[in-house]
Amino acid sequence: MPDALTLRDTTAEAVQMLTVCNACRYCEGYCAVFQDLSHYRKVEAQDIDYFANLCHHCTACLHACQYKPPHEFGIDIPRALTATREQSYADYAWPKPAGDLFANHGVIASVVTAVCLTLVLGMTMWLNPAAAETHTGPGAFYAVIPHGVMAATGLVTFSYGLLAMFVSALRYGRSIGVRSGDVFNYANLLRTTHAIASMRHLGGGHGDGCNETDAAYTNRRRYFHQATMWGFLLCFAATCVATIYELGLGRLSPFPYTSLPVVLGSLGGLGLLLGPAGLAWLRWRRDDPTSPMDWSLLLMLFTISLTGFALMLWRETSWMGALLAVHLGFVLAFFLTLPYGKFVHGIYRGVALIKFARDNP
Amino acid sequence: MSAPFPQADVTVIGGGHAGLCAAISAAREGASVTLLESAPLAMRGGNSRHTRNLRARHDGPAVTLTGSYDAEEYFQDLLRVTQGATDEALARLTIDESASLLCWLSDLGVHFQPALSGTLNLSRTNAFFLGGGCALMNTLYEVAETAGVAVFYDAEVIALEMEAGCCRSLTVRYAGATHTLDTSSVVAASGGFQANDAWMRDVWGEAADNFLIRGTPYNRGLVLRALLDGGAAAVGDPQQCHAVAIDARAPKYDGGIVSRLDCVPFGIVVNRAGQRFYDEGEDFWPKRYAIWGRLVAQQPDQIAFAIVDHKVRDNFMPSVYPPVEADSIEALAAAIDVPADTLQATVSGYNAAVQAGDYDPDALDGCRTQGLSPDKTHWALALDEPPYLAYPLRPGITFTYLGVKVDARARVLMSDGQPSENVYAAGEIMAGNVLGKGYCAGTGMTIGGVFGRIAGREAACLTR
Repeated sequence: MPDALTLRDTTAEAVQMLTVCNACRYCEGYCAVFQDLSHYRKVEAQDIDYFANLCHHCTACLHACQYKPPHEFGIDIPRALTATREQSYADYAWPKPAGDLFANHGVIASVVTAVCLTLVLGMTMWLNPAAAETHTGPGAFYAVIPHGVMAATGLVTFSYGLLAMFVSALRYGRSIGVRSGDVFNYANLLRTTHAIASMRHLGGGHGDGCNETDAAYTNRRRYFHQATMWGFLLCFAATCVATIYELGLGRLSPFPYTSLPVVLGSLGGLGLLLGPAGLAWLRWRRDDPTSPMDWSLLLMLFTISLTGFALMLWRETSWMGALLAVHLGFVLAFFLTLPYGKFVHGIYRGVALIKFARDNP
Repeated sequence: MSAPFPQADVTVIGGGHAGLCAAISAAREGASVTLLESAPLAMRGGNSRHTRNLRARHDGPAVTLTGSYDAEEYFQDLLRVTQGATDEALARLTIDESASLLCWLSDLGVHFQPALSGTLNLSRTNAFFLGGGCALMNTLYEVAETAGVAVFYDAEVIALEMEAGCCRSLTVRYAGATHTLDTSSVVAASGGFQANDAWMRDVWGEAADNFLIRGTPYNRGLVLRALLDGGAAAVGDPQQCHAVAIDARAPKYDGGIVSRLDCVPFGIVVNRAGQRFYDEGEDFWPKRYAIWGRLVAQQPDQIAFAIVDHKVRDNFMPSVYPPVEADSIEALAAAIDVPADTLQATVSGYNAAVQAGDYDPDALDGCRTQGLSPDKTHWALALDEPPYLAYPLRPGITFTYLGVKVDARARVLMSDGQPSENVYAAGEIMAGNVLGKGYCAGTGMTIGGVFGRIAGREAACLTR
């Protein structure tokens, strides 16, 4: 974690740069950062956490900047706000000491994944001699891992992730001046939801998209990001429907290929293969100063989807037990590291967009 | 040494808005085009990289423009600012073509946006480039390269071999060597000479050393010099230029838009002797800021200070450099190195002359002084609420108006009145034909675009 001096430096640098932007205003049409900036007389250090999470590093402003390096002003808003954005993830983490985890998210994610895989796989195979046998029909998964164990582990880890992110969101919202009335406001919610669902700001203000490696506009990042987000949401929906099936309707998984949970999960899974792969490809091509945080998230989402498909395809063979354990190991690691990795950008960005909607009706 | 450049029908000198419009238009006519830009890639685009809009005629809402702005109104606006120092035929041509220029740029993929906040009354007359001039340049360079234009950066044209109004070869400094480039036709779009210290000193004397150049350091006027020396007819007064009062702390070059200060109408402006010298409240700032460069240039050491007090500090756009602040006029005088007694006397005299009125920063209000020389005729409020703020002002030169004379086909006219056989001009190097003096926001980019397109088309046709 950067020491206090570095922290002050990155914030001070962002304040300085945004002060130049506010006297220029040429980028006003690009994204929410610059639209909102024009309402400020003076940019202060306390405003930076808000702007940092409104920025999505599309780099349109950098390519259009008359003051970008090598100009002596050296303005580079994407870099400055990325540095402060990553700092804000650590600052608002809950519990507070967990903020240190962000700095080494890649390493921590790998270690947690390895431990989860070993535990789930090891315990399954070791405790249950029937795990390596072929099981089919309703309840087949629970012949490998007992229903209660699976549900309890998933519920506890996911709830913890949600709780941690909820507390962080509250602390962040309070810090940037978002009140509960702003959140429970129909117009604000509608505009924020629309901005997120359509990823409007990744359209570059003109719809042609943002910059990648050069000054040309492209919508690639917007589409890959949409595939990732919608993929994740579809998988989440699949899980919810499956839970209703099991607890409400008494139908046990695995479900038929044409059932709603499998269809939703498969569509979502495709999104989670395509989206993260595309985003990783784009990221690899551009010289990106952001920390390795998004690599680990992208890799995790991709792997969860891949192992999910493998499980679906070979669920009627004797490999099912091992595949189930591996899939659940990745899911468990994902849940555990959820509040301390790139996933949180969606939370902070959502809160920042609520404030933007409130202040820019 | 033979040139590393491909043999081309049309050579465009200068990679700003005018040069790119010329290159694209020539390439689309089927000509092979080489474009020589004296700046490196990162600083390409001349002064255009600092621009943000162009002024266009339109009969109804167009792109982002509201209402209508007809040719006659446009011409009257131009006539007013230039006080008649314009070639009417070329001015009317520029205005007529401005409408199709807007559509042409839009079709090329240039994005426009509604007028920016803090730009008074421009949403009807001026179309703003989304992201500003650099974004415009990015799009036009991409279009040019796609159309087959061979672009060379760090390629400075230092001489044109002119013979009887015809240019057959250019001397180019490129990659550490001097090259000769043969060409069938040339479009000169290399701007004015404001970044040429020696030339500026010739025109302005030592005062030029205190001028700041708002735009590119690459507009050194070498091509303009070569054309004039080669027999081209000159247009415009060498002293005429777009000169605004900007923050004295801005860099010598390339300070661009953020060096502007909008505080002048809300306080007083004194020279380094502590004395006022012009009506700060004559008109809205966007209509007056272009005369203040010249006013400051005429003051001792070419410096002045705008002074406002606390109550009006939020009436103008935020500045990039913080003001000098002090709790008394004496302390402020010390901080800006102006004689305290004179400044105190100026402020006291001004405060005593302020008449009662309804202050309204958004209107030509009734707040004025009575009995001062010069009086302040609007927005005159007593300077009496500390802290007092001072912003140092220097002349900021955008571009010079001395240029080559052209005809309606963008051909450079020689001193005998005959058009050059194969040399065309576009942009700031010939803007003086239309803008003899004064300035009308966004006109420079319109002239560059209109004459760039014409020059490119004509130069391409020549080689058929």
